[in-house]
Amino acid sequence: MNTMRLKLSEKLAEKMRAHGVETYPYECCGALLGRDGEGGESPREVSELLPLPNRRDDSRRTRFELMPDDVRLAEKEARGKSVELLGWYHSHPDAPARPSEYDREHAWPWYSYVIISVQKGEPGETTSWRLQDDRTGYDAEAIEISG
Amino acid sequence: MGVKVIIPTPLRAYAGKQESVEVQGATVGEALTALTAKFGGLKKHLYTDDGRLRSFVNVYVNDEDIRFLQKDKTGVRDGDTISIIPSIAGGASERFSRLGHREYFDGIED
Repeated sequence: MNTMRLKLSEKLAEKMRAHGVETYPYECCGALLGRDGEGGESPREVSELLPLPNRRDDSRRTRFELMPDDVRLAEKEARGKSVELLGWYHSHPDAPARPSEYDREHAWPWYSYVIISVQKGEPGETTSWRLQDDRTGYDAEAIEISG
Repeated sequence: MGVKVIIPTPLRAYAGKQESVEVQGATVGEALTALTAKFGGLKKHLYTDDGRLRSFVNVYVNDEDIRFLQKDKTGVRDGDTISIIPSIAGGASERFSRLGHREYFDGIED
């Protein structure tokens, strides 16, 4: 049974959506910082976001990229706040909030990947995903909005 | 003392939850081969099916990117540190089905 859950506040969910609207029609991206759940029994909890620049020079309507230095920065931010780097968010402009094959090919396990659909500049569905161990697909992670 | 390999967070579950692993090897390639021999679950996430390091897997020897050294033939010595640092990439699909619909991993078309 899939028990993976990702908890975040309405304020953070709105911040992510706003980032996707700000960068539309290009993909936005950023890091999710917070605390992991214990053995899947409790949800992962995102306590803050770190918006980051999309490092792609081209195809930013359908692609995002973050470099190793961005990952190091996100990890440093997390350590500074005594939390963990839990994963990443990005937007899909005019596309569904579901992982693409390109997402799957480039994903890392363990991380939560939140996707925000932004249709014609308006934020839509927000979903979260975790790559399966064998890399063939994803497990959906239920998002719980609090506060 | 061997070569220390720093395991990135997303791969620690496949390396006995360890933050770093000590291996033997004279090159980066040998050290990573030793690592994946010890922890088989890492291999799929580090390498493609044809044995190449995945493009989003960045490997450093003592903070130098091996792409600017001798890649997997970069020499390592006892006491060196190999770091594996992720790049993060993704994006909406540009893969189209025969009927011209965009495809996603679950086969759903749009």
